[in-house]
Amino acid sequence: MAPITKRGIFLSFCAAFAAYSTYVWTAGTVSERSLPPSRQAMAGQALYQEKNCIACHQLYGLGGHMGPDLTNVISAPDKGADYARAFIENGTGKMPDFGLDEAQVDALVQFLEFVDSAGIYPPRQPEINWYGTVAYDAGRNAQ
Amino acid sequence: MEQSHTTPAETPSNAETSNDVGLRFMLLGLAALAAALLLGVVGAFKFLYPEFMEGLPFHKIRPLHVSLAVSWIFLTAIGGIYYYLPNFCGLSLFSGRAARWHFWIFVVTGLAILGAYLTGRFGGREYWEFPPALAVPIFLTWIMFGINYFRTVVKLRTAWPVYLWMWGTGIVFFFVSFSESYLWLLPYFRENMVREISVQWKSYGTLVGSWNMLVYGTAIFVMQKIGGDEDVARSKMVFGLYFLGLFNLMFGWAHHVYPVPLAEWVRNFAYAVSMTELFILGKIIWDWRRSLSTRRKFRHRRPYRFLYAADIWIFINLVLALLISVPALNLFIHGTHVIVAHTMGATIGINTMILLASVFFVIEQRVGEGAENRHAGLVDAGFWLANGSLVVFLAALLAAGLVKGTYVGESFYDMMESIEPFLLLFAVSGVGLMLGLWLVLLPAMVRIGALVFPRG
Repeated sequence: MAPITKRGIFLSFCAAFAAYSTYVWTAGTVSERSLPPSRQAMAGQALYQEKNCIACHQLYGLGGHMGPDLTNVISAPDKGADYARAFIENGTGKMPDFGLDEAQVDALVQFLEFVDSAGIYPPRQPEINWYGTVAYDAGRNAQ
Repeated sequence: MEQSHTTPAETPSNAETSNDVGLRFMLLGLAALAAALLLGVVGAFKFLYPEFMEGLPFHKIRPLHVSLAVSWIFLTAIGGIYYYLPNFCGLSLFSGRAARWHFWIFVVTGLAILGAYLTGRFGGREYWEFPPALAVPIFLTWIMFGINYFRTVVKLRTAWPVYLWMWGTGIVFFFVSFSESYLWLLPYFRENMVREISVQWKSYGTLVGSWNMLVYGTAIFVMQKIGGDEDVARSKMVFGLYFLGLFNLMFGWAHHVYPVPLAEWVRNFAYAVSMTELFILGKIIWDWRRSLSTRRKFRHRRPYRFLYAADIWIFINLVLALLISVPALNLFIHGTHVIVAHTMGATIGINTMILLASVFFVIEQRVGEGAENRHAGLVDAGFWLANGSLVVFLAALLAAGLVKGTYVGESFYDMMESIEPFLLLFAVSGVGLMLGLWLVLLPAMVRIGALVFPRG
């Protein structure tokens, strides 16, 4: 393979990657369900990172394995904002009590509400196609 | 020493500087792996006994372990590049001084990151949990590394072998992925949860692809030198496979985020792209191994043995990667320990075995086989203990993941209780893995250390 051909293939790939990335950053990731985040929710997001909650918890199944997935902790039956607040305020045997003040706890709960509004995980009633793909949105639309 | 290319040899003083820097990176990488293993074991036991080492909670241990493991991969791969270019490719580094600055800035930044984790100062995203300001020196040194690399290899008059393409690609795309992973700093990204999480994992897909380019490039370099077959790194087939790997690096990331509600075609496209990269390297190593004569196998037996182990782990991980990339199966195993098994299998079974092959190749080349054999018993025992433990370690994770994935109850704590025996097996086999790799690392550190800090 001539060097010019290799460079040509490489640059073509890079151009395709740039176009694809632009799509993913824009139209490919429009959130149809999500509430606009409040300033408090954004403060909660920063706190979620500052306390490194992702080391133990997951969002959409991504993150640590020590604690439960928090994607829909707010809307899940038998859970909700007060349930989340109790854990954040007191910790558990495995989860430290971070000693957060009330405003910080509120911010974290607002952030979890923002996360909850964006989607559902695990998917409810997904449809599996014979060739291996999954219609994740089938159950989502039925909500 | 083999000189593959025709460019003028460097001056002795420059060669010494280049050797020194590459070996320093390798030595630091070996130390990072030794520490990562210890923290991994502590973390595994904290899963079961949270009160164990209470002063060091899990949310600090995990980033410490992960950062040190990632450092091992980057440091040793970078060390190899700095070492191999002047010593085997006849290419003196464009700037030995920039390489030394790269090393020391890496050391200082690394210590600052470890200090931030130990004192509970986070603020970043998963895998880069340190305060974002600490990303600045990483950006700057990477740019320095990139300039140094490309200004060095541009001196080559002949067509680049594939490993130079792979190293260059790894350098460019690490920069791209690292930049992309900080897009969350912009409100446009972080105020949309779907976009934020998708772009984050898109960057991680590219990141893993970029370090695979660095590591697999090293594997091809080492096997070419051991086998003495230039065609390994120059054939049409090997370049075809390289471009397939590049395609994966760019477009194969979305299997990480199948359940996230981003555009459906992006997810289906990732399924189609799938993870063929492991197969690619497996084929190359397999072809190469068959062509070696028995004498050559024996002569270079330690690096060869590590590459052979990597070969086997590639096939195991290929099967796992393909299963994970099928959305219908991913539905049950996403977010479980099966994914952890795949990550561990790839980083330990493949990347670590390849990088150890690189380290022992350098040791054999510098110290000679006879001297290296002084620690042969330790290294061999460690090799078998590590690989045997890794089998149990991955089996335990797979079992835990399958139980979690098929659990039908609502209680997270009941689910955790049901996988506890597997997590115990995972932790105990982790001890075996740590001890096994320590037996390999210790002699390697002694040897490389003696080269970096010669007596007298």
